Amino acid sequence: MTPKTLVDKIWDAHLVRPETESTPAVLYVDLHLVHEVTSPQAFAELRNRGVRVRRPDLTLATMDHSTPTTPRSAGRLQVLDVQASAQLKQLETNCDEFGIKLFGLDDTRQGIVHVIGPEQGLTQPGMTIVCGDSHTSTHGAFGALAFGIGTSEVGYVLATQTLLQRKPRNMELRIDGVLPRGVTAKDIILAVIAKIGIGGATGNVLEYSGSAIRSLGMEERMTICNMSIEAGARAGLIAPDETTFEYIAGRPFAPAGADWDAALARWHQLASDEGASYDRSVQLEAASLAPMITFGTNPSMAIPIDGHVPNPSEAGSGPERVDLDKALRYMALEPGQSLLGHAVDVVFVGSCTNSRISDLREAAAVMRGRRVAAGVRMLVVPGSRNVKREAEAEGLDRIFLEAGAEWREAGCSMCIAMNGDQLAPGQSAVSTSNRNFEGRQGKGGRTFLASPLTAAATAVAGAIADVRTLS
Amino acid sequence: MRPFTSLTSSCVVLHAANVDTDQIIPARFLKTIERRGLGAHLFADWRLDEQGQPRSDFPLNSPDAVGAAILVAGDNFGCGSSREHAPWALLDFGFRAVISTGFADIFRNNALKTGLLPVALSTSAHATLLEQLAESPRAPVAIDLESQTATLPDGTAHAFAVDPFARHCLLNGVDELGFLLEQDAAIAAYESTHTAHVCTR
Repeated sequence: MTPKTLVDKIWDAHLVRPETESTPAVLYVDLHLVHEVTSPQAFAELRNRGVRVRRPDLTLATMDHSTPTTPRSAGRLQVLDVQASAQLKQLETNCDEFGIKLFGLDDTRQGIVHVIGPEQGLTQPGMTIVCGDSHTSTHGAFGALAFGIGTSEVGYVLATQTLLQRKPRNMELRIDGVLPRGVTAKDIILAVIAKIGIGGATGNVLEYSGSAIRSLGMEERMTICNMSIEAGARAGLIAPDETTFEYIAGRPFAPAGADWDAALARWHQLASDEGASYDRSVQLEAASLAPMITFGTNPSMAIPIDGHVPNPSEAGSGPERVDLDKALRYMALEPGQSLLGHAVDVVFVGSCTNSRISDLREAAAVMRGRRVAAGVRMLVVPGSRNVKREAEAEGLDRIFLEAGAEWREAGCSMCIAMNGDQLAPGQSAVSTSNRNFEGRQGKGGRTFLASPLTAAATAVAGAIADVRTLS
Repeated sequence: MRPFTSLTSSCVVLHAANVDTDQIIPARFLKTIERRGLGAHLFADWRLDEQGQPRSDFPLNSPDAVGAAILVAGDNFGCGSSREHAPWALLDFGFRAVISTGFADIFRNNALKTGLLPVALSTSAHATLLEQLAESPRAPVAIDLESQTATLPDGTAHAFAVDPFARHCLLNGVDELGFLLEQDAAIAAYESTHTAHVCTR
């Protein structure tokens, strides 16, 4: 038998109809996650056509994007934005009408869609998972084929639980070795994107492998898979192993008893076969990596934190130079300058990339006994209400509050600037989120993407700082 | 979906690669529950100044852009978020096609499903087009989906690829949902032999 990759195995197991020259494959979807921003027009289309939701039991909705993260008063979250409020109400109406379970604002399990899936044990190896959100690639950390779709496709999945798909190419990203001190999963993925480019994995699914990946915990693996889309990848995934199984066991929606044994037997078969071939392989040495930070206006524009901003005149004369010139102007940076010591106004710890308990622990470990520098606003936004409770039980909230940071409610917050949390024009932020596009964190705002460790060190220093040398 | 068969139009050139969907339609405009009306916010932060007035130096505001239904941009157009609001905004503004050398996967999918045609030309054909438009900004380009060719102002025809099924849907103005709903028996058969992994109830 021809050796198969993890992607081959998942793909083959979900074919309702194989692809032909004239027609893409009809691919079955095991789990459909829904949020308020990309779903209203899809539900409207179902209503127009008189179509029901085929599998509400394979669908889960939450509220995160346009959701405010301001502290609750008397347990209730105030949604002051009229449009956001109407959008959230529409999701409630839609879920009610079509029989879909919703983790609404009053539900203790509410949170960012890519945080709650894994947290609830809904994200499992070998599944196909989709959501109207490009960071659905996060769930690939469990060895699931998970990818973002648009609103039309949200409607198709609601109606038929399937999608028309061409099989993506398969690219291996192998990272071996031991990570140096101060280098985290976020630094790995920023280095990967810098290496292969913003469109470097377009048309591909990235499978991360190698000893450095194997040594990571599940939350770190999620950080890596989360940002696969920033290299253009359709999805990113990691073969499941004992770390994966241990994480899933005992979670609310995880299989139990005999079902667990059966699932485990199935999951053990998923890893890519010895000798399976990839369309392309790229390798990275963990030992060569440093803490990374972006300097530009897309996530591939990243450098080691103690490096220097590249000089556009050394980038040839093509579109790359134009891009780089434009990025440096927008970011108000000089070619060749160091970012260390560059003043920032805001530090944001949160988003589907870095808002899980291990991220908050890392940031808290730096903040403990230290203060947020004068003039800097630091927001710490847990990814879910569960993460928030867990952090509070450990006293992490006290560490952040005593340092002078804000401790907020769960949501996408300043990653997307459509919920009240945003930069003012001209402000700079070190952010643990995933996108540094122009205006992503607020019109005219400037974003430097980095790890929670770098973010916390920067908050303390009041300027971009290297956590390895923090005094 | 509005069918797409052929289109002859002048173009607007956006000299930028990696145009992300946050530029095409900033997130603060995604609080709508409608598909329509997003054209008013297309490229809002590039097209409009602090007072909401058109910036004279932005290509879409040039007198040459009036009536243009084709946007020409650099490589990897539409990278970033999965927001279908991006093609909706382009369509609502009056565009029917985008010409580039490459598109981000989700943007391409979304565009094809909403009746906006992504046309990926070879690097050399794209460069030729840019040269010709620099000389004659109002010169027309003809896009024919049936034959999958784009004819540049100088009359040279260049082939572009489109998935055959997406092409069928666009030519006939039908979406994929009709086809998927017709697969009901095959889907039911799949469900009868595959146990669900989870139950969200």
